[in-house]
Formats: sequence, structure tokens, C-alpha cells
Amino acid sequence: MNTAEPFAELPVAPKPPLRRFHQARWDEPIIFELSRPGRRGIAVPEPGAPRVELPESVRRAEPPKLPELAQPHVVRHYLRLSQENLGNDLNIDVGQGTCTMKYSPKVNDRFAAAVAELHPLQHEDTVQGVLEIYWRLERMLAEISGMSRVSLQPGSGSAAIYANVAMIRAYHAARGETHRDQVITTMFSHPSNAACAKVAGFEVITLMPDADGLPDIEALRAAVGPRTAALMITNPEDTGIFNPRIREFVDLVHEAGGLACYDQANANGILGITRARDAGFDLCHFNLHKTFSTPHSCGGPAAGACGVSADLAPFLPGPVVAFDGSAYTLETPERSIGKVRPFLGVTQNIVRAYAWIMSLGAEGLRQVAETAALNNNYLMRKILAIPGASAPWGTRRIEQARYSWQELSEETGVHSEEIGVRASDFGVHYWTSHHPYLVPEPFTLEPTESYSKEDLDEYAAILAHVADEARRDPEMVKGAPYNQTVHKIDPSPLDDPKAWAPTWRAYVRKHLS
Amino acid sequence: MTHPYIPNAEPGVRAEMLTAIGAESVEEFYADIPADLRLNRPLDLPAPLTAEPDLVRHMNGLLGRTTGTDEALSFLGHGCYPHHVPAVCDEVNSRSEFLTAYAGEPYEDHGRFQALFEYVSMMGELLEMDVVNVPTYDGFQAAGTALRMAGRYTGRSKVLVSEAVAADKLSKLRDFLAPDVEIVPAPVGEDGQTAVTAFDDSYAAIYLETPNVYGVVETRGRELADLAHAHGALLVVGADPISLGVLAPPAAYGADIACGDIQSLGMHQSFGGGHAGYIATHDHEPLVAEFPSRLFGIAPTKVPGEYGFGDVFYDRTSFAHREEGKEWVGTAAALWGITAGVYLALMGPHGMRELGETILARTRYAMDALAGSVTVLHPDAVHFREFAVEVPSSAALLDRLRERGIYGGVPLDDRTVLVCVTERHSIADIDRLAAEIAEIAAIQETL
Amino acid sequence: MSAGVSVGLVVNPVAGLGGAAGLKGSDGAEVQRAALARGATPRAGERAARAVRALLSRRPGTRLVTAPGPMGEHSARAAGAPHTLVRSVPPSEPGASGVTTAGDTRRAVLAMAGVDLLLFAGGDGTARDVLDAVRELRERGERVPPVLGIPAGVKVYSGCFALSPAAAGTLAAAYISGTSGVSGTSGDGSGRAALAEAEVVDLDEDRYRQGLVSPVLYGALRVPAAPAALSGRKAGSSGTAPGTVEGIAREVVSRMRPGVRHVLGPGATTRAVGRELGLATTLLGVDVVERVERVERVERDGAGGRLVAADVSEAELSGLVEGGEAVLVLSVIGGQGFVLGRGNQQVSPRVLRAVLGDAPGDAPGARAAGRLLVLATQQKLAALGGRPLLADSGDEDLDRMLAGHVQVITGYHESTIYRISAASEELNG
Repeated sequence: MNTAEPFAELPVAPKPPLRRFHQARWDEPIIFELSRPGRRGIAVPEPGAPRVELPESVRRAEPPKLPELAQPHVVRHYLRLSQENLGNDLNIDVGQGTCTMKYSPKVNDRFAAAVAELHPLQHEDTVQGVLEIYWRLERMLAEISGMSRVSLQPGSGSAAIYANVAMIRAYHAARGETHRDQVITTMFSHPSNAACAKVAGFEVITLMPDADGLPDIEALRAAVGPRTAALMITNPEDTGIFNPRIREFVDLVHEAGGLACYDQANANGILGITRARDAGFDLCHFNLHKTFSTPHSCGGPAAGACGVSADLAPFLPGPVVAFDGSAYTLETPERSIGKVRPFLGVTQNIVRAYAWIMSLGAEGLRQVAETAALNNNYLMRKILAIPGASAPWGTRRIEQARYSWQELSEETGVHSEEIGVRASDFGVHYWTSHHPYLVPEPFTLEPTESYSKEDLDEYAAILAHVADEARRDPEMVKGAPYNQTVHKIDPSPLDDPKAWAPTWRAYVRKHLS
Repeated sequence: MTHPYIPNAEPGVRAEMLTAIGAESVEEFYADIPADLRLNRPLDLPAPLTAEPDLVRHMNGLLGRTTGTDEALSFLGHGCYPHHVPAVCDEVNSRSEFLTAYAGEPYEDHGRFQALFEYVSMMGELLEMDVVNVPTYDGFQAAGTALRMAGRYTGRSKVLVSEAVAADKLSKLRDFLAPDVEIVPAPVGEDGQTAVTAFDDSYAAIYLETPNVYGVVETRGRELADLAHAHGALLVVGADPISLGVLAPPAAYGADIACGDIQSLGMHQSFGGGHAGYIATHDHEPLVAEFPSRLFGIAPTKVPGEYGFGDVFYDRTSFAHREEGKEWVGTAAALWGITAGVYLALMGPHGMRELGETILARTRYAMDALAGSVTVLHPDAVHFREFAVEVPSSAALLDRLRERGIYGGVPLDDRTVLVCVTERHSIADIDRLAAEIAEIAAIQETL
Repeated sequence: MSAGVSVGLVVNPVAGLGGAAGLKGSDGAEVQRAALARGATPRAGERAARAVRALLSRRPGTRLVTAPGPMGEHSARAAGAPHTLVRSVPPSEPGASGVTTAGDTRRAVLAMAGVDLLLFAGGDGTARDVLDAVRELRERGERVPPVLGIPAGVKVYSGCFALSPAAAGTLAAAYISGTSGVSGTSGDGSGRAALAEAEVVDLDEDRYRQGLVSPVLYGALRVPAAPAALSGRKAGSSGTAPGTVEGIAREVVSRMRPGVRHVLGPGATTRAVGRELGLATTLLGVDVVERVERVERVERDGAGGRLVAADVSEAELSGLVEGGEAVLVLSVIGGQGFVLGRGNQQVSPRVLRAVLGDAPGDAPGARAAGRLLVLATQQKLAALGGRPLLADSGDEDLDRMLAGHVQVITGYHESTIYRISAASEELNG
């Protein structure tokens, strides 16, 4: 019989307004500290054939100083680390704006795993099913963008942008117009557009936002000319604002003999609503890990898709899948820019993206877009109701919005980054990558279709709470986090060549010897 | 029905939210999209398979129309390798916490930072270099970036690139280096190794791979390093890390930058979807400054005994004299870095050595086994995992083998086939290949 | 906190007075008396206290060195900061009028030369006084501490001010932590210096009150650069760093054809162009330079440059650009976006006509294309909030001719196209 004094009673009290979260804190050592000589995580087959004696010039002199652990401890270590990571499946992941964090259906992971044992250089006859998936996904993305052909080879969005730049360069070169050495972009287009253009040797002209937050069309008029190779533009831009004069932008560039290239990283709110080709674009790209749901995988592998008009199709990276009505084959376009990555693409993600579209269809994609826009506009009302939060350039937004804590920050001295870190104490987060840093104390929220109204209410309540805390106790916010795996980090050694430790061996050499 | 992936597609909540916003319909959010840009019809897409069993049936139908390397006996390699993937690698990289995360801060994503720090640290031990990047897309990109780094570091715009490099990789390098760095090819000698005949002060780097495209282990690394250094250039070496339990790491013979693909370290072949690239250097600040990639390092926290992490030398990309040929940083292949870390932790120093010994031995065994019926190229060179054979017709041989359930190798040209052998191929598998090839050769001779 | 680190604090107690009273600035005793008479209450002391509180919360126990009374002591007390008073400033309980003078600020700064960081609260006028004192220290060969402005004035256009009082405190704390830690904070040109050069500009207040905006560049102060940790150590996926002053300079030099005279206007950005050429050009003056040889690829140590003439007068400049090809290289001065007519009056209408010539073409900006290079970081343009750049050359016809869109160099191989207007039309219309 239980004789202890009762100390709690039923019913259990309601939950408090904010979640009492604490991230896993295993206080896990670095894996080298878990090593004990002689232990092994996995066994290797014996040669079964005479050993080969290596000449000294190529023989490894000493074994690498890798850690030595038994298998249970490798599993335990990495599973602990996994628990110390906030995946999209675990949180209301609306804070990594521009990245389109959405639910990646579990069933699609099974399809991805099913291609594990396919070698990319198998004979076409032995991989017809997977080639058909490439073909069908290409046709679906061609319909979604209005483009003629699509390459699924690039390994990410930025790699797709680079492939597009390379095609632009090859297109002008084929026409004898190598003097076209300028690429025009806008301040709030994704910064990879400018970066990739520079890598490909172009000079970059960036159009600044006007008083409405849109790129200045008069500036474009002054910028275009015989040196214009292309306009590379995101729309809606990373502000969430759709440029209503986009057709005029495209026309101006075309009149000058340049190409128009559409970064569709922010396509999630416009699927089935408007298409790249219908606005006159010659090239575009999608991020399959954003709009088409493949998981972000801690930063890749991802996948990108380049869509082009018929005129640009001969320049696509090769090979592409062809279909003659009965069999799928690989062919390299006539004037292909060549390879942008090994083999055909990140196949697991091609399979996932295909399955995702197949589960939604045309009506489902439109529902994705409309819900993303609805969620964003709903969340925007809630965020702008928080004292100290603002959004420049009014409230016309499609699927995301860039906000500012400037007012709160000037009042309290608390920075946006610190607010984000404090929010992580409540099990959510936002990231701080907001190039080009024109909006002071920025945060960018993109509530895709995967989140419920209740999710958005909770997220806004957390930010409201932290903003209030910043006023009442700014040092509390600045000292965050408290409920995370580790406490506030002092980053200063990271910039000091004498102290920085980009590997364990550097750390041991500089700090433990 | 409300779609299972879209909670707010439910009409009641949709109406509630519109009311809260003060909007009549979602159309209001699209006011900025002009009428003539609107798609006034549904997209022309296949009917959806919203019910999961229907989707599974459809996908299984497609995926079933393939015959994988686990159903045939495959000797395909050439950049994508059939090494054993430990179950623990799949277990860790399919954890939702890693699989679905992106780019949180080093607090809520501490696990990602530590796992990637450990990956680069283990790579550093294998490579005997102190600085290794968070993975880039693949080995192609790693080589392209490494050569651009050499160009920026030396202020020179020409590199000598071994011809014993895969054709696809050269295609990528030509495109990627195009505006800034010229590629001069270095021929392959009779022995299957890179031969450098002319070199001068105008070169930024010598680039070679080991094992190279023919599976040949380059033995003159030290000589080439000395040559490069005598002319103020760098030696850049592409090396598959899986070989480094037995082969000397590039740093040991004087390489300044090592680079390559890590697919071998725990990634499935996945029809080419398992690639990720590494780049490594010594801790030499001016060279570290040329990394376009992220580098993770240890930083202290408020609490003694806690490891924090962050980006090392974060602002290096803003240095003015490095703005020429600057590269982008983006989502690449982080999860494969974490996986490769798991692989190296499982293997340890002795696992890596034993694996290398097994592959060396079986490669030589296979070369000897095939030598009776086809011409094995570069027979005297040290080979790791791959070797090339000369045959009357690559296509004919491979077609015949395929009929017998064998993917015999990758055709490098009409008469050259590249054969790949790993720890997954038993001696019996190799004997079977040799027997089938002997039989086919005999038939062809009689024709 | 590390032992021995000290932070100086000088408050200009009357800064900001004029703004509240609608007097557009607070320079001069007359204006200050007028403001007080209109019932204005001093706020600089309170803003300084806010900065000190932010500093103390990050670095508890930081010792202040400050001036007596409203020139710092009151703020230190209000914030609960341990402090020492400097003696050499006369305990100028400001006169019966409640007014302190520019001389008080200068004397206070001179007395604090030994501190590790000097905070001052005020506006652009105060920054000028600090600059004067810094120059005096330099002339005497004394140590010059880095400084940081706490924004408390009506006009705060100079680059030496933090975004807010709290931000000033935070930045100061980060800076002194850096000096006590292992990480390199020296301004040794290694590229990771924790100090940056910030321009001191001020408007001519008399002209301002008449509706004329006339920013003048007075010099530059060494201020703590916001470290990456504050501006955001980005966990981001992408992007290159925004263009830098050095990148801009490199781009300008890459465009220079040897033998063509380039007129470098005043400012830190144009001075960086001189540095890229390996020349010591002036900060405040107008200099004429040339690239000496055809070098396709600029070497790391700077391309060869030749200083044709330094700190030229209008007449000298006119003589130097007559009859030969020349290019004007101008940066944007102050927060209003002036490109011509502020601090660079040497670039007179006749110089402009000589350089720009009678280039054909009516397209906006075409006339200036290639012969006028405007330099600005993206941040500086962004701060204009969509307002145009301004030309006020002294010849309104010429200004109108220049109006339109110009290419502004924002980094290496990076530029933008930005609107420029005649100042007369923009400010009066």
C-alpha cells in the first residue's frame, strides 16, 4: 500500500501558455575522447588472396589517428548528437525564411532508399524505371514553369543558378556575342545569383530597391545595353514582395539582346498561379529541397532543376533523358555546357520530388501555394502586432516576409540574433542569414503549407514573449540560451589563427600540447 | 478531403484565418500578379495519388523496372563505388533530427555542428592535414574549387591537369575554371602514371589523382611536389579517402591541397546521388583564407567543460584581394559528411588499413585472373580498386556479360573497359567474372 | 573583466537641445540659450547613461574615466558605474546659462588620452570637437585612443556613431573584451583589425537653418569595428560578403587606363583607391593620380600609381584636367547623398565641363558614363532609403545635365545603377 503523502492531484493542470522545452543535453565528449585502442566498430572481410606489398613511396607510414570505438558506442554517440539537433520534424520551422522548410513525407524516404543499389553507369536497359521517373519529373516541372526542357542534374539551387549562368555564357558565345559581360540582378534576389555570375566571369550590376521595396525599373532601363548578358532575378524577392512589373523587366532586357533568368527559389506561393515562361523568361530554376519537399539534410544533399526555353535547350548540361515512346535513353544536348556534377543528378531527391508532386496533383499544388500565402499573411498580422516588430514596405507579401526588430533593438540594445537564440529556449528558432543586410535587425519568416494555425499562434506567442523579455530584462535575453544543449558561446577564438581549431588535431596541437 | 500534408487546407480554419486577416479570399494575396501573367487553367499534371497505398503501388511499379547491382554481379565503378555501407551509417543519416534539419544556430543544432566537426577532424587524421571543409557537392566541385584556390593563392591563371582524370570530371573542370584558369593537360605515360614534361613559373598548380582514372596509384607525388614548389606553384592531389588506410596521404609527399569525393565512405551508389566533396589544406592562414567553404571549429561556452562550435575565419570572403573569382557557398552535401564521419568512427585506424589491404589484394587477384583472356593495361603499376583492360569491343563484351547477369565494367572507349573490385566482391565473384570473360573471349575468337 | 582596461566618457550635455526646439542643431552658445529658453531639456546625459548601463551589463565593473558634472560624471553615477574624474578639465559647472563650449569637450578628450576606448555622447558637432582634440594629440605625438560616438545630437550623420546608445555600450563591451583576450585586435592591417576608419561629417548649421543641406567632410576617426559576432555570425546557406571599400578601390583601379588622369575626391573610399595604387593620397583634399603602366592583372601589393598632384586647388585642378582625358572619382559624402558640391568644391563647373566634355547622347547618365565614377558601399546607398544622389556643382544647368541614372561602384566587379538629381530641384521641389 502506498503510504506516501500525496503531493499532486488529478486532473492534471492545463499546460502553461508557453511550452516548457529543454533540448537534449547529453554533455557528449568529442568522439576522439571516447577512443580506447583496440576497439572496433565494424569488421572487414579478409583479403582471401595474396597481399600486395606497396612501394615505400606510396605506403602510409603510420596508421591514421582515428578514434577506436565499439559499435554500440558509435551508435549511442551519434544518436545523442542527433537528439541535440532541431529537425524540421520536431519544430514549427517557419524561421528559416527563404528556405521553404516544409514537411518531407516519410513514405518518400522509402522510395529514395529503393535506388540505393543502382549504379549510375548501368546500361539504360537495366534502369528504365528510374529513367522514367527523371523523364516524368522533367515533364511535370516543364508544365509548372512553362519551359520547354528541364535538367535535373544540379546538386542544389546555387548549382542550378551556376548552370544557368553557364548556359547564358555559352548561348551568347555561340552567337558571337562574347562582349556581353554584364549580369543584372536585384538587391533582394537570392545572393547566389550575383555570386554565380561573378564566378562565371561576369560583372554584376545590382538594382537597389525603390521606396516601395521593388527594384527600380528606371535603373534597369539605364543599366541595359549591348553589354547585357542577362537579368537574373528572384520573384517574389526574398522580401516576399512580388514584382508586378516583371514582364516589363523581362521585355527591357530582351530588347537589349539579353536573356532573362528566373530564380524560382521562392515559388512555393505561386505554384499553378503564374509561370516563368508566361512572363517571358528564357531560363529558370527550382530548388527541389525547398518547393518540392525533399529534406534539407543539415545542408544537403539537395537538388536543383534548370528549366529552359526551346532556344536554350541545346545548351543544357548533359546527359538528359529522352523518350521515344517506348524506351528511355540518355542523350547529351548538341551544344551542352557539359557536366555540372557527376552522373544524372541526386537521384534520391528526384524520386522524392516526383512522389511529392504525384501525391498532390494540380489541385494539390495550388492548395500548397494558396495555403503558403494564407499562412504568411496570417502570421504577418500576428508578428506586426508585437510591439517593436515591423516590416518595411507595407504588408503586400506572398509566401514570406522579412521583418525588423530595429525599434526593439534601439530601445533595448538586444539584437535580432539574440532574440532568435532566446526563442530556441522554447523549441523554435529563426536563422540570421539575411543577405544583403539592408533591413536592420532582420528576421525572415516563411510559414509554408505544412504549419497549422495553432502552430503559427504558438510561434508568434514565443516571439512576443521574448520581445517582452527584452524590454523587462535585456540581459536575460542576451545571456541566452538556457534550455539548450550548450550555453552561450564565445566566438572570439574562431577568428584568431593562433587559436582557431577547425579540426581536433588542430585543437590538440594548439590547446592541449 | 483535406490533404494530409496541408493542415490549413481545412475549410473551417481557412475561413477563420481569412477573417483574422480581414481578407475576403486568398485572391487578395495575389493582387500584385497582373491578370495577363495568371495561369487561368489548372496545371496539366497526372491525377494525384493522395492515398499512400496508391502512391506506393505506383512508385513500386516504376522502381521495380530496374535491375540493381544487388541483383546482378556488378563491377561498375568509375567515380561511383560499391563499397559496403555499414547499417549504422544508414541508421544515423535517416534520423529525422539530422535528415530534416537545415541551418540552425550552434545551439539548437549543436548536434549537426559537432557531428560535422568530428567528420572534418577524422578526415584531417586520415589526410594528415589540419583544415578540412564542410562538404561541397561532390569530387568534381572539390577539384574545381581546389584549383581555383590555387589560382587565387598564387595569383596565376594556368594549371597543369593530369589526363588520367575521368572525362566527365574534365568537362566540369573546363567549364568551372573557364573564365579565370586555363587547363593545360599533362599526358599519361606507358606506366599509367601522369608524366610532367614541361613546367614553369606561370602555373598555379599541378593536379593529379591517385588512384587515377585507370586505378593506378601515382608513385611520383614527391617529385611532382618538389617540381611545383620549385616554381612557386602548388601540388593539388585528388585522393579517394577510402584508400588512405594503406596509401600515404597526399600531405605525406608534399601536396598543398588534397581533395576528392567521399561517396566511398558510407554512401550508397544511389544512381549517382551519394556524392560529396572534401578539400583539405594545412593550417596556413593565406591558404585557409582561400576556402570558399564553411569551416567549423571549437569555441568555448560560458560553462567549463562544454564544447561550443562556430564558423572559423568567417569573414575571409570579404578580403578585397580575394574578390577575384570568389565562389558561392550554399546547400551542398552536409548529411554525407556526417555519414562519412560515422563510417570512419566505425572503421577506426585498423579497419581502414585492413580494408585497404583487402582491396589491394583483390584488385591484383582480379587483374591476374583476367590477364589470361584479355589484355590488362599497366600490369606493373600498383592498382587500387580499379584496372583497365583492352578488349576487341567494349560494347560486345559488356552486352554478353550483361546477358549472363554481370555488369562487367565501365567502357572508357570502344576497346577499353574499366573493372572495379571492392571488399564486396568475393574471390568467387571475381572467379566467375574471369570465367565468363574467358568463355566469351573464346567464343569471339571462334567467330 | 581584465585588469587595467579603462573607458573614457565625455558627454556634451547640450547635444540634441536644438532638435527638440526645432532649431536644427545645437552648435553655438546662442542657439543653446535659445533652446533652453524654449524649454528644451538636455537628453545627452541620459542617453550616455543608457550606453554605460549596456556596457556594464556585459562587462560588470568596467572603470570609467570621465569629466565632472554633466560632462560625464552625472551619467556615470546614474548608471552606477565606478568612475574616476579627470582633473585637468576645470570643474566647469557650465556657466549660469547652462552652456558648455566646444572647448570643454576638447579639453576633456585631451585629458583622457590614456584610456583604452573613449565614448562620447553628442552629435556631429561634438564629433568634430573630438576630432580636433585627436588631431592635437597626434601633433603632440601622444597616444590616440579609439573613440565611439553615442548618438545624442540632432545631426548624427558621421560614421563614428553607434546605431543607438545601447548599441554603443554593447560594441564598447565587445571591443574591450577583445583587447583583453587572445584574439588579434590590432590595427596592423592584417585585415582582421577590430578598428575601422569612420568619416566625421557635419552640416553647416547656418545654411541648414536656411534650408540648405551642406555636409562637409572634416576628417576620420578610428572606431571599433562591429565584430562579426555582433553584425551576425551567419549560419546561412549562401551569399558572398557585401562589397568592401577595398573591393571598390580594386575595381576602380582595374578600370583605370594608364596615362589617364584620375581626380580623387575627398573621403575614405577614394583614399582607399590611392592605397590600392600604392599612393598616400589625402583624406580631405582632392588629388590627381595616374596608373603608370599597363598591368592587366593588378598585383597584390598594389598597382603602380603616380601622384600627379595632391590636395589641389580649383585652379590647379582646372589646369590639370584641361586638354586631356580625365576621369572623376567621387564618393558619396554624408547621409544626404551628395556627390558634388560638398567638401569637393574644387570640382567646379569648369572642371566638370572640362572632364565630361560635350559627350553626345541624351540618354540619362550617358554624358557622365566612364568619365564620372561614383563610389559607395551598398549600405551607404541603402541608408538613403530610396532618395536620389545629389549634385550641387554650383551650376544648376550642369546639375540638370548630370541628372538621371549613374553607375555606382559598390565592390569588385559589382555596381548598381542609381538615380542622381540636381540638388536644387530635389531640395526645393
